[in-house]
Amino acid sequence: MNREILNARRLLCPLPVIRTQDKVKQLKAGDQLEVICTDPGVMQDIPTWCRINGHKVLETISGDHEYIIILEVGDS
Amino acid sequence: MSKQRKAVALISGGLDSMLAAKTIMEQGVHVEGINFFTGFCVEGHTHAIRANDKAKPKRNNSLWVAEQLGMKLHIVDVIEEYKDVLINPKHGYGAHMNPCLDCKIFMVNKAKQWLVENDFDFIITGEVIGQRPMSQRKATMPIVSRESGADDLLLRPLCAKNLPATLPEREGWVDREKLHDFSGRSRKPQMAMAEQFGFDEYAQPAGGCCFLTDASYSSKLVDLWKARDGDKQYDLDDVMLLKVGRHIRPGQNFKVIVAREEGEGRFMQGYKKEFITMHCAGHAGPLVLVDGSPSAEDLFLAARITARYGQGRDAEQVDVSIAGKDGSEMIIQVKPFGADEIPQQWFI
Repeated sequence: MNREILNARRLLCPLPVIRTQDKVKQLKAGDQLEVICTDPGVMQDIPTWCRINGHKVLETISGDHEYIIILEVGDS
Repeated sequence: MSKQRKAVALISGGLDSMLAAKTIMEQGVHVEGINFFTGFCVEGHTHAIRANDKAKPKRNNSLWVAEQLGMKLHIVDVIEEYKDVLINPKHGYGAHMNPCLDCKIFMVNKAKQWLVENDFDFIITGEVIGQRPMSQRKATMPIVSRESGADDLLLRPLCAKNLPATLPEREGWVDREKLHDFSGRSRKPQMAMAEQFGFDEYAQPAGGCCFLTDASYSSKLVDLWKARDGDKQYDLDDVMLLKVGRHIRPGQNFKVIVAREEGEGRFMQGYKKEFITMHCAGHAGPLVLVDGSPSAEDLFLAARITARYGQGRDAEQVDVSIAGKDGSEMIIQVKPFGADEIPQQWFI
């Protein structure tokens, strides 16, 4: 299992989703990706994107103007 | 056993594309959505920037639609390629800087490329004849099909019966009799269909989803190009900054962008290394970006504007901090502009 970090700070939706989508394409099923963002919209958009594309959100963390989503890449 | 046919649906997040995709899914076709991000999409950005909007639920409507329909959605960044559409629209602009017909042709063309790369069979859009004055007219439907290169692989399920049969219809991949004959600006057929499918919540009907259809945004874009001596190139930061703040141009060589509230100020903080910035030192007040090549005199004037929008606007003198791109800082004292002293023509 590989774990990578994606810095999506300062990007506004849907760009963090697009960057996540592009990064996930390079990963394998079971790999984990930690996406660090500053747009609060990602707390809704990235989990939705994961649900419709067969990936799993492991954890979401809301900090002081920073939002982190850890996901596990699915089979699809 | 017949082959499972696959369609890619252009999903804007509005009702029409949602219904078009659903109509084809109901016929047993495998449908996946595609959504193009040009940089000018209204939803998302302004909500994310403005603190006043924080209470409103934030969601990307195209993702939401895909989830409601139970289909995959591919969001594609076309910011770079879209520049040529905006700068050189073959079919011209609409009421503002919106190149709607060229935009539609571009997106269908991109969908066609995606279709070939992913071995899909045809393309769906939510277009309705007569729905939009520029891009959705009877005369423009064949133009979009032809100039996009999609030709008869482009199916518009909501108005297909008003158009010649496309390949998916002729080949029996879809049943033309189960498609629709909507036309005109009325939304009633779509709303009735939404009710029939049990969609009791959806984004307000299409339009208003692109900043280029907005008069104020378009004015700022044209101003930006003029200030650059007609050079129409732009980058994403340009596009973003036109969405935030009050834009005031006292001279051809510079303008100031004044944050209107906390969220915009926080967003603009991210540009401190690219712009000269100002804020009131002894009073509360907004962050101001100074764009262009201001002289010392211009900076003094920009500082008076900065002071005008701070809590010290009625004071005789206000300290204004000016920070350079390199982080250097100086404080000057200025008299804030009075309520009617900033000429209206400076406001973009």
